[in-house]
Amino acid sequence: MTLHPILAALRRHKAGVVLIALQIALTLAIVCNAIFIIGSRVQRIQRPTGMDEKNLFMVTQLWVGAPTGDDKASIDKLDAMLRTDVQTLRSLPDVESAIAINSLPLTNSTWSGGIGLKPAQEHATAHAAHYFADEQTIHTLGLRLIAGRDFNAGDVHHMGVRGQNVPPIVIVTKALADKLFPGGNAVGKTIYIDRNTPSTIVGVVARMQVPSVDSWANDFTWNSVLIPTRLDGNFSRYAVRARPGRMDAAMKEARAALFAANPMRVIGDDADSSGVKSFADIRARAYRADLGMAILMGVICLILLAVTGAGIVGLTSFWVGQRHKQIGVRRALGARKIDILRYFQTENLLIAGGGAMLGVVLALGLNLLLMRHFAMARLPIGYVLAGVAAVLALGQGAVFLPARRASNVPPVVATRSV
Amino acid sequence: MFSYYLELALRSLRRSPGLTALMILTIGFGVAASMTTWSVFRAVSGDPIPWKSSKLFVPQIDMWGPAGKGGNPADPHYGDPPNALDYADAVALMRDHRATLQSALYMISPSVVPQQAGKHPINAGGHAVYSEFFPMVDAPFKYGSGWSAADDARRAEIVVISDKLNNKVFGGGNSVSKTLDIEGRDYRVVGVLGDWHPEPMFYDVSNTGGFYMSGEDVLLPFNTAIAAGMPNEGSTNCNEDPKESGFVGLQHSSCIWISYMAQLDNATAVQHYRNYLDGFARQRYPQWAPNTRLRDLMSWLDYEHVVPSDTRVSLLVALGLLIVCLVNTAGLLLAKFLRRSGEIGVRRALGAPRAAIYAQFLTEAGMIGLAGGVLGLLLTGVGVASVGLVMPKDIASLARLDISLLLTTLTVAVIASLLAALYPTFRASRVQPAWQLKSN
Repeated sequence: MTLHPILAALRRHKAGVVLIALQIALTLAIVCNAIFIIGSRVQRIQRPTGMDEKNLFMVTQLWVGAPTGDDKASIDKLDAMLRTDVQTLRSLPDVESAIAINSLPLTNSTWSGGIGLKPAQEHATAHAAHYFADEQTIHTLGLRLIAGRDFNAGDVHHMGVRGQNVPPIVIVTKALADKLFPGGNAVGKTIYIDRNTPSTIVGVVARMQVPSVDSWANDFTWNSVLIPTRLDGNFSRYAVRARPGRMDAAMKEARAALFAANPMRVIGDDADSSGVKSFADIRARAYRADLGMAILMGVICLILLAVTGAGIVGLTSFWVGQRHKQIGVRRALGARKIDILRYFQTENLLIAGGGAMLGVVLALGLNLLLMRHFAMARLPIGYVLAGVAAVLALGQGAVFLPARRASNVPPVVATRSV
Repeated sequence: MFSYYLELALRSLRRSPGLTALMILTIGFGVAASMTTWSVFRAVSGDPIPWKSSKLFVPQIDMWGPAGKGGNPADPHYGDPPNALDYADAVALMRDHRATLQSALYMISPSVVPQQAGKHPINAGGHAVYSEFFPMVDAPFKYGSGWSAADDARRAEIVVISDKLNNKVFGGGNSVSKTLDIEGRDYRVVGVLGDWHPEPMFYDVSNTGGFYMSGEDVLLPFNTAIAAGMPNEGSTNCNEDPKESGFVGLQHSSCIWISYMAQLDNATAVQHYRNYLDGFARQRYPQWAPNTRLRDLMSWLDYEHVVPSDTRVSLLVALGLLIVCLVNTAGLLLAKFLRRSGEIGVRRALGAPRAAIYAQFLTEAGMIGLAGGVLGLLLTGVGVASVGLVMPKDIASLARLDISLLLTTLTVAVIASLLAALYPTFRASRVQPAWQLKSN
């Protein structure tokens, strides 16, 4: 079949053709970018924190009337209260292990700083989140130690929440170790966390995400350093691993036991700021915005494709009606049903193809706009190609019904006058 | 004549119900998607205090100098001073007292102990502020009032509480001059706030990001909170570690954790204040050239990116959807109008001017727009209600359906369909009567 009659027919209703092509182009541009947003958000939501997240929950509490001073006596008192709490949690029947920690991945409460390789280094070599840990942290959180050793009880010190002791040893994540020592073998090397005091790396864990999922932390998402220090302040956090299947019971026990040990404290109990949260809940909250964005983009894509598909059906149906007689003449002159079907399918392929070409340009343009103003990544060409295939398929799908109706026009139509 | 066109339109729409339904659905979905995202955008980008936002200013001072310069040199705001103040600067600005009204403030999160036995203590969010804070932000009081400058000076142990906390701790009612136990000390209640949730939360953006779920439970005098050693909640940013430890060490350091807001009533006052800030910076930091900014409230909210970029992207994409719907409707209308070339030819031949054809077809398009708008209203209602399912709660709770959103939805739908109908109507009005009559 030659394209010539199709092109000649298209020239007769330019406006309709241009509108359909434009619509396909815009649809392609938006759908490509929206699917790209969905893809990157889903990837973000699914990245593992490096912890064994099952059976893990976090307790946040605030002491009332606890010492607020920075003197040694006050800090020792706070430390005693902290250790009592940890002991209380560890002794619960449904709790496997428990630790005090300043923050956890995805909780957003970030303590971070620059790390240097030399004392008083002007610009830090890497930025990292600080986790104040003890000898059970790696075990409780289910982190994977891949080099060196874990802390032991003797390594762990304590200080006030605004104190400034830097411990002589630390454990870092592999990402941080690689950044600081690209040559590898970070264990045994010296780093400077506060610009002045040397600390030796004794161990490397495979992965541990920083607390913040906000964009400002994107540059150091996997750079964490574990510092063997208990932080004594007027509030504390505990990470607790429940025995398998005993999560709910352990969470209830934890709240009751802490209040029983010392009632002068706040453990939030409303849904939004609960003091006892499962890690699954923490994860859901952290990525709520990303999930929401992905769903919204998905809904918009669906509406777009439906509208464009329906538009093609509508306009092609109109054209079929308009050319009723011509189709009859063609059939009378010997064209088979399949020829008529092919005619409309080819016509649609031409229009959609033209629209898709314009759409590729628009998609890349929209991506540039989003990159400039909203810090979006570059659209991979795979998404564009998939988008082109999708709109072409959509066009073929949408044109099928009206085209089949056209192919069913009987040749006898040619003999009727109107 | 108009009622005749209405009748014609109805007749024509009824003749091809499929196409009509398709157009109404298209307009409805397009409008609903953009209105739903618009409701969220409107909520987060609104002016929280429209009657005086042009008089409220946020000063910035560079206390870190060249060493503290971070970020990307390509950023248009590269080299700007930090977005909060250290203690010494904040207190010095308060002492100089050059604006009509001003307040340094910092976020606190103390615990409050209810008087009833057996109740667990509760955590209260709030801020430590100066007396001029209340008239400056026009905080509404249900009972009592704020405090005086004299109370600031003598570190009075007084507190303003929210209606919510009042209900929780005192069971509601006028609680002025009752005593509230905060962190083990007794504070006298001097005021109970009315319903007050400015959105975005504008006076402490650097700590709240503009959204403050818990709301303001307690407001204490700044000096009193400092004297009580009530530490700051929220973020602390340091260019170098404090030399001393503890909250007192933080006050002696160049770490930033204090927000500041000043009311300046006219352009002259603003200019004077700018000069004053430069002089202030020159005197306190003679090592480097004064680097200060004084942004009015709306520029400040913009500078601090209070509108999440996700919200902007959603709005942009939804507007794209609306445009596609417009193009789609234009195509369908074109088909529909041109199918009636014969009818147009007859009308024109009988003497109808082009204007009459325009009136007839635009009426028809307007009816589709109206029907699409009504459907769009329903869908927007569904959209706004389900925003809470997909967006973070602090933002979703701001989106709501109100009269202005309803009217905008209808207007946008009708205008959109009229726009879509412009070209098809133009084509319809160009139909050659003679040609049409002949070919039939």
